[in-house]
Amino acid sequence: MRTKLMIAMAGIAALLLARNLYVILLELPDEAAQGAIYRIIFFHVPAAWTAFLCFFAAMIASILYLVKKDLRHDAFAASATEVGLAFGAANLISGMIWARIIWGIWWTWDPRLTSMLVGWLIYAGYLMLRRAIEDPTERAKIAAVVSIFAFVDVPIIFFSIKWWRTQHPQPVVWAGGQMDPAMYNMLFMNWIPFLLLGAVLVMIRMNQERAQREIDAMRRYAHAM
Amino acid sequence: MAIPAVRGTAAGKRTQPPRLSFLRQSLTIASKDLRSELRTKEALNASFAFALVILLLFSFAFEPTAEQTRQIAGGLLWLVFAFAGALILNRSFARELPNDCLDALVAAPISGAALFAGKALANLALLAAVELVCLPVFGVFYNVPWTQQFWPLMLVLLLGTWGLTVIGTMFSALTVNLRLRELMLPMLVYPIMIPALLAAVQLTTPLIMGEPLTAELIPWLRLLAAFDIIFTALALALVETVLVR
Amino acid sequence: MNPVEVAGVWKFYGDYPALREISFEVEAGACMALLGRNGAGKTTLLRILGGLSRPDRGRVIVCGTQARDRAARHSIGILGHGISLYDELSAYENLTLFASMYGLREPKRTAMEWLERTGMDRVRDGLVREFSRGMRQRLAVARAFLHEPDVLLLDEPFTALDDRAISLLQTLLRDALAAGRTIVISTHQLREALELATHVALLVRGRLAYTGERTREMLEDTGWLYRQYGELQPGSARSPRG
Repeated sequence: MRTKLMIAMAGIAALLLARNLYVILLELPDEAAQGAIYRIIFFHVPAAWTAFLCFFAAMIASILYLVKKDLRHDAFAASATEVGLAFGAANLISGMIWARIIWGIWWTWDPRLTSMLVGWLIYAGYLMLRRAIEDPTERAKIAAVVSIFAFVDVPIIFFSIKWWRTQHPQPVVWAGGQMDPAMYNMLFMNWIPFLLLGAVLVMIRMNQERAQREIDAMRRYAHAM
Repeated sequence: MAIPAVRGTAAGKRTQPPRLSFLRQSLTIASKDLRSELRTKEALNASFAFALVILLLFSFAFEPTAEQTRQIAGGLLWLVFAFAGALILNRSFARELPNDCLDALVAAPISGAALFAGKALANLALLAAVELVCLPVFGVFYNVPWTQQFWPLMLVLLLGTWGLTVIGTMFSALTVNLRLRELMLPMLVYPIMIPALLAAVQLTTPLIMGEPLTAELIPWLRLLAAFDIIFTALALALVETVLVR
Repeated sequence: MNPVEVAGVWKFYGDYPALREISFEVEAGACMALLGRNGAGKTTLLRILGGLSRPDRGRVIVCGTQARDRAARHSIGILGHGISLYDELSAYENLTLFASMYGLREPKRTAMEWLERTGMDRVRDGLVREFSRGMRQRLAVARAFLHEPDVLLLDEPFTALDDRAISLLQTLLRDALAAGRTIVISTHQLREALELATHVALLVRGRLAYTGERTREMLEDTGWLYRQYGELQPGSARSPRG
């Protein structure tokens, strides 16, 4: 049942992505100021949204774990964080490529991109920490606390970096102010397959986490014999 | 060996167990930590020596007599505090590991929050001591008039150091049972500290150059205070869960 | 109402249940010896009783309140594997610290009393780091007893102690029992524990295999209970524990 759902979701994601790619590459015109490269934004922005949503979901699951002590919540938090890191990496890399073409430099210390980098490092630390703890229950508890600390920190990081950067000249992203509605809608249209893909990846990771838990428990049974 | 009989009976001994105030509990822990640290001065000496070494190394990286270097003075100073302070903060809960002292602390009738607050206060005092020795050294090395805005600078120092202390002490508690503790902490602690460090740097740079706190710096002060309050509250709320396995 | 009441306690490490459906009570003035192989869950159970760990399911009541409650922790004394004393502090400072953490009215006087009682008063200002093993152990016993706890939890107390510390501990435990206090003691050293024990509980892989009064049979043949449940006696040549 679950496998079928996963395959269905992945299939819909693939179809949507193919359709979106057709529209993005062949139907939408080049942007006036930026030319063809602006199309990267249809991947750059939804990736950021998906990553942010993953980290948010991980925090909710972490709070739930601390309240209910159910390891499935911990598995969800760990899976969502990993998937969030993957989308975060996609966001960072696409942002760098775009900056290289438009401004000629890879990194511009844009507040959003820099905040994503800091958040990415914190969550990478979270995964490293998980790997260093043997006992699954202890790991779940400590990781949950770190996840809460990390997500509470994210808005503070964003505002501090934004204030910091406003003291310096800002690169202009959209010269003409408003984005064309067709392009704007496409951001959301392309977010749907990203979300579906993210959900499928989280489900796959959660299955692995469950198997890992079972193996770990069996090993402990064997040692107790 | 003669052993006097145990006084009284269990039943008649007490009706209500004595209750220490939160502050008294914290101060008991803080004075214990300070006393045992001051007896060996292991972390304090290491931290201070490390701070001096970094100050010296910076002078090779950034021309110490140049005007531009003074414009990044706040940044240099807070990097020194963050790196040298980590030597004190990392040990905070690890010092309870020999002889299983942590078990006795957690089992004692003091709250986890009071235990955390006490340790954080002790760390604050130790970090402040290192910082107050670093400041004049920095002033001499880089020729900055740091005493001109003394009290505003102390306020920023206090708020910034508390931010580092709360995060450092909490993560010391989180990683206390980890074998790879020393390797894990920098990766976890420094990115989380970024807003506090950034605000402290923005505030310290003008102050240390003798310029007053202007209106445009007030948001940074607010951000720093908000960071301190939010993470102090979060740490006090969660530390009991962390310490009771 | 008994000083120690454990009802339906489970504790998990991941999906592995380290304790399963543990229920027992210990009366005032009784001493329960907790037996079992390494890894059977003795330490886990004692940590839950002492408020160092929380059960995942079930209820633990110590002296009328939940195990982790402040009042419960106040009426518990723990002697674990480590001495739980600070190496850089003196004997006197250590005991004063714990006396004030337990909110005793006169921490300094209590510390001095216990230094005398344990024969440590002549080295009151010596640092714990400089003490011999036996002295450290006697000080640890004083640390566990100084707030006159109603419930004493001892985790393998006799394995590490020297003769003098054992005789001190045995005297204090006998006095405590006579005064109506409660003791839970986990142990491999069957004879010392069984002489003191009024009750016995056997843990087998996290399950309570046997609870009941200590019988004469157990005292005469210390491996008797283990053999009843197909467990090798700890400490025997064929014992698998490392």
